[in-house]
Amino acid sequence: MKKEFKVIAELLPKNIRVLDVGCGDGSLMNLLINEKNIEARGLEIREEHVKKCISKGLSVIEGDAETEINQFPDQSFDYVILSQTLQAFYSPEKVLKDLLRVGKSVIVSIPNFGYWKVRTSLLFFGKMPVTRTLPYSWHDTPNLHMCSIKDLFYFCREKNIKINKIIGLNENKTSEIKKNNLEIKNLFSKIGIFLLS
Amino acid sequence: MQLNRVLPGLAGLFFYMNYKLENVKKINVTRPLLLDCKQTVSNFPLAYETYGKLNKNKNNAILVFHALTGDQFVSGTNPITKKDGWWVTAVGPGKAIDTNKYFVICANVIGGCMGSWGPKEINKKTNEPYGLNFPVITIRDMVKAQESLLDHLGIEKLLCATGGSMGGMQLLQFCSTFPNRTFSAIPIACSTSHSAQNIALNELARQAIMADPSWDNGEYLKKNIQPKNGLAVARMVGHISYLSEKGMQEKFGRKLQEKADYEFSFNADFQVESYLRHQGYTFVERFDANSILYITRAMDYFDLSKQFKGGLVEAFKKQNTKFLVISFSSDWLYTTKENKDIVIALNSAGANVSFAEIKTDKGHDSFLVNEPEFLKTIKGFIDSMQIKFENEKRI
Repeated sequence: MKKEFKVIAELLPKNIRVLDVGCGDGSLMNLLINEKNIEARGLEIREEHVKKCISKGLSVIEGDAETEINQFPDQSFDYVILSQTLQAFYSPEKVLKDLLRVGKSVIVSIPNFGYWKVRTSLLFFGKMPVTRTLPYSWHDTPNLHMCSIKDLFYFCREKNIKINKIIGLNENKTSEIKKNNLEIKNLFSKIGIFLLS
Repeated sequence: MQLNRVLPGLAGLFFYMNYKLENVKKINVTRPLLLDCKQTVSNFPLAYETYGKLNKNKNNAILVFHALTGDQFVSGTNPITKKDGWWVTAVGPGKAIDTNKYFVICANVIGGCMGSWGPKEINKKTNEPYGLNFPVITIRDMVKAQESLLDHLGIEKLLCATGGSMGGMQLLQFCSTFPNRTFSAIPIACSTSHSAQNIALNELARQAIMADPSWDNGEYLKKNIQPKNGLAVARMVGHISYLSEKGMQEKFGRKLQEKADYEFSFNADFQVESYLRHQGYTFVERFDANSILYITRAMDYFDLSKQFKGGLVEAFKKQNTKFLVISFSSDWLYTTKENKDIVIALNSAGANVSFAEIKTDKGHDSFLVNEPEFLKTIKGFIDSMQIKFENEKRI
C-alpha cells in the first residue's frame, strides 16, 4: 500500500461519501471502505483499471475526469480525492473548480516538481527529470502542467481556494507544510497532499 | 414477389405451426394486471425457463430479460428450434453467468410468441387467435407480468437482474417500478427511451410486415399462414442495425457468394445479401409477425422519464440496487452516449453505479457474441456482488 494512500485515509473521517477521481485499480477506495467504512465511488479513464475495480465490487465509472465530472451534482460528496493527476489535465483550474463544486472538501496530491532531485536533474544534467514519482520521458509524459508545492500553494491563494492543510511526503516521512517552512519543504518533499475547501 | 422466387425451397421448411408450445414451462398469472392501455387482464399464461438450482437461502437467483426477438431459452439447446439458446455465450455451466453457481430465470415477454400471452394465443372470447385484437402492451406491462413469476418462484430479492437492448429497457423499468427486488443490475446496450432513428427502424420493420398481402390485417393465423416475406424483410432491417459499419465491411466486404463474377440478375450475388436472406428466412420459422408489431411498439413507447414527468432522476430515486451499465463502442443503435445518460441519471439520483464501455467492432450484437472483455466484466461484477449480497444478508 502506498504511503500516500495511508496519509489520505488518515485525513478522512469515518462513514462519509467519497469520490476518488482517477481511482486506478481501486486500492485507495478499498482502503477507505475497509478501514473507514466510507462509501466510495470512482472515476477512471483506463478501461483495464475500470474492469479490475468492477471485479472487486467497487463502483467505478469509466470516463475522462475532465469532462465526466460534470455529471455529479453539487456537493454530492463529503470529499473528492484527486491523487497525482491534477498535472495531467488540459485545464487544471477548471478541474479543481469542478472538484470543489462536487465535494464539500477536496484532497489533491501532486508529484512535487520542486523536489531537489528534480531540480538538480535539470540543473546539472540539462535533461528533463525522470524520477520514481515522475517516471516518464519528456515525449511520452501525460503530465502537461507540472507544478511544485509552492506553485499550487500560491495558485490556491490567488484563486481564493481555502487550504486547510498541506502534508509533505518523502518516502515514509510526513510533515505538515506551513507558510514558514514552505521553501524547505518544497525542496525535500516528493509529494504534496493538499486539503482544500 | 421477388423474394418468393429466390427462396422457393424454404417454403417447405415452414415449421412454425408444428412447434409444440404446450410443453414449455408456464405459470398462469391470476393476479389482475392493469395494462398501460387501461385494459385489465388476468388468467394469462407466462412461459419461462430456469437454469441451475435455487439455493436454500434463495440468494443466488439471476433474472434475465430478453430482447426483441429473444425468448425464455437463454442457454443450452432451445427445445423448440433445436438451436443454441440465444445467450449461450454468457450463460451456462462454467460461463460468465455460471449456472453451476447461480439460478438463472428468463420469461418470455407478454406480446411474445414462445408460450406467453401474445397475439397468436387464442382469445377465449372468440376462440380465435387475437391478432390485432391483442391490446397494445408496454415495457412496463411486460415487467409487471414477470414480477408474478418471481412471486411464484418464491424469490424475494434477486442477486442480479440483467438484459441487453430491450432486455435492458425492461431491467431499467423493473428497477424503477420494483426498487428493492434486485441486489444488483446490469443494463447492457440500452436506453431510457427510443431515439427517432430507433423508432424509424422499427417502423420500417412494421411496414415491411404490413405491406405483405399475407399479413391480411393481422388475420393470417386464421388461414394458417404467415406473412413470411414481410417478416423476413423486417428481420433483415434488424440485422443491419445490429452490426457496425466496420464489422460488416470486415465480415462481407464486396465478397461474392459462391461465384466468380456477377450473375447480372437479382439473385444473392453478394455474401451480405445471402447472409440477410438467410437470417430473414430462418427467422420466420420461429417468430410470429404480429408479435414483432407489438413488441417493437412497446419499445417505441418506452420512455422512462415520461413516466416521471420528464425527470429521469426521479425514476431512480430510492435505489439500493448496485448498477453496472455497459455499452459497446461500435453500437450505433444504442450508443455509448445514451448509455452514459443512464449513468448520469443514476448518479444524480445518488444510486450506486459503475459504467464500462467495451471497445469492439461487433456493434449492438456484441452482447450476444463471444466478446471476451464483455464476458469477463459481467463475470467479475456478478461474482463480487454475490459476496456482497451474502454479507449483507448476514448483517
